[in-house]
Amino acid sequence: MLLIKCPWCGYRDQSEFSAQGEAHIERPENPHDLDEEQWGDYLFFRKNPKGVHYERWVHVHGCRRWFNVIRNTATDHIHATYRPGDPIPALSDEETDQPA
Amino acid sequence: MAVTPKPYSIFSLARNALNYHQGWQRAWRDAEPKRHYEVVIIGGGGHGLATAYYLARECGIRDVAVVEKGWLGGGNTGRNTTIVRSNYLWDESAGLYEHAMKLWEGLSADLNYNVMFSQRGLLHLAHSVHDMQEIGRRGNAIYLNGIDSEFVTPQQVREMVPFINLDCRYPVHGALLQKRGGTARHDAVAWGYARAADNLGVDIIQNCEVTGFQIEDNTVKGVETTRGRIGAKKIGCVVAGHCSVLAEMAGFRLPIESFPLQALVSEPVKPVLDCVVMSGAIHAYISQSDKGELVIGAGSDAYLSYSQRGGFDIIEHTVGSIVELYPIFSRLKMLRQWGGIVDVTVDRSPLISKTPVNNLFFNCGWGTGGFKATPGSGHVFAHSIKAGDMHPIAEPFSINRFNTGALIDEGAAAAVAH
Repeated sequence: MLLIKCPWCGYRDQSEFSAQGEAHIERPENPHDLDEEQWGDYLFFRKNPKGVHYERWVHVHGCRRWFNVIRNTATDHIHATYRPGDPIPALSDEETDQPA
Repeated sequence: MAVTPKPYSIFSLARNALNYHQGWQRAWRDAEPKRHYEVVIIGGGGHGLATAYYLARECGIRDVAVVEKGWLGGGNTGRNTTIVRSNYLWDESAGLYEHAMKLWEGLSADLNYNVMFSQRGLLHLAHSVHDMQEIGRRGNAIYLNGIDSEFVTPQQVREMVPFINLDCRYPVHGALLQKRGGTARHDAVAWGYARAADNLGVDIIQNCEVTGFQIEDNTVKGVETTRGRIGAKKIGCVVAGHCSVLAEMAGFRLPIESFPLQALVSEPVKPVLDCVVMSGAIHAYISQSDKGELVIGAGSDAYLSYSQRGGFDIIEHTVGSIVELYPIFSRLKMLRQWGGIVDVTVDRSPLISKTPVNNLFFNCGWGTGGFKATPGSGHVFAHSIKAGDMHPIAEPFSINRFNTGALIDEGAAAAVAH
């Protein structure tokens, strides 16, 4: 089980949280102008990387607030957590080069 | 080029028994990769090996290689809970999974390999009013598609599973029974397909990881591997959990996310459970293997991971449900627990599809329940690769459905179990 640092509450067990998938997907500003390909891509297609993943979690059994997590999906190591709207923390080359 | 092994039979068994079992031949060759093949299949699991077998057997393409990064059947083929069924809601799914079921029914004879397919019956329990409505809708849809499906009462469930606790935290209101459902020996499926494909001339190349694709003019020409470059006219990618990684190498994305899914087995005990019992709503799936182990399937973790180990809370939840429903299992010791990485689509239906790259085909997205479809998946995928166009049964499972909106929503249909 993961130990996750909520940016508001501090370290808590993963069982308090709910994973909500890839982060930083922006809703299109002009949905009516999108064709099927663009709309499907926005809704369903994901990076699903083996390695560093930027994802959203919500502290569902705690403060109920959303935040972002940088986690390596090959090792489950959490590099950083940060609030929505905060600048994305930079990872060192070593961190981004972690073996997938 | 292919060695012709002696067919397995009661006589070969007797002959080898008299010879202290010293005379058995290896079941398939340890092939060296050639420089070029007509078709390369990436992934030596059940689906990939089945694809190679049907390419050689039914499509007349024997210049085929199966490249596998680890050992044969060492991925999800060796990690699933071996359940076979075809009780799906939508017509497209019924077509695909029932096609597989019919192939299962003749598979051991077809492959000359005992895959221990056992149609011992499969119960899907309903624990609430909503579950009853779900099995009512799905059971009738299955029936209308000409697939066997029966509603059974709690009393009938008790006749099949005398020790079940019907009136507990998860009361059993009824169940959907597929008598033709059951189990098969998962390793034997991989080995049987491998041996039969090898016998037809297919090269099976293990310890050979694909590291990239060679693509010219948006047409795939071959793969880069840890054992050198292998050229191919057509490539079929059948790699389950890592399909997004392979797709990225080829320059596109998939409507898929990968999650750990866990299972566990108990110490072996005498025969106690002679059917498969599934409880989708509480993530408790149980059957007894022919070795006597109880085979228990858990739910998947809710976060994306390739770590091949799941959270302990998932196991705790499943074991809690199992003990509540079957109190007599409470003192059994669990021998092994493991995780596999499952490739899950939003509609919980697979992708059997062309891709944005010409001559590159993907068969993936089977998520938490691909084993049951192994023969049908390989069969329609082989015919699709041969024709260069999708087989009618595979056609609805195109990647394109996530753009057109023609989803095959088994996720909402079956709540959780696939």
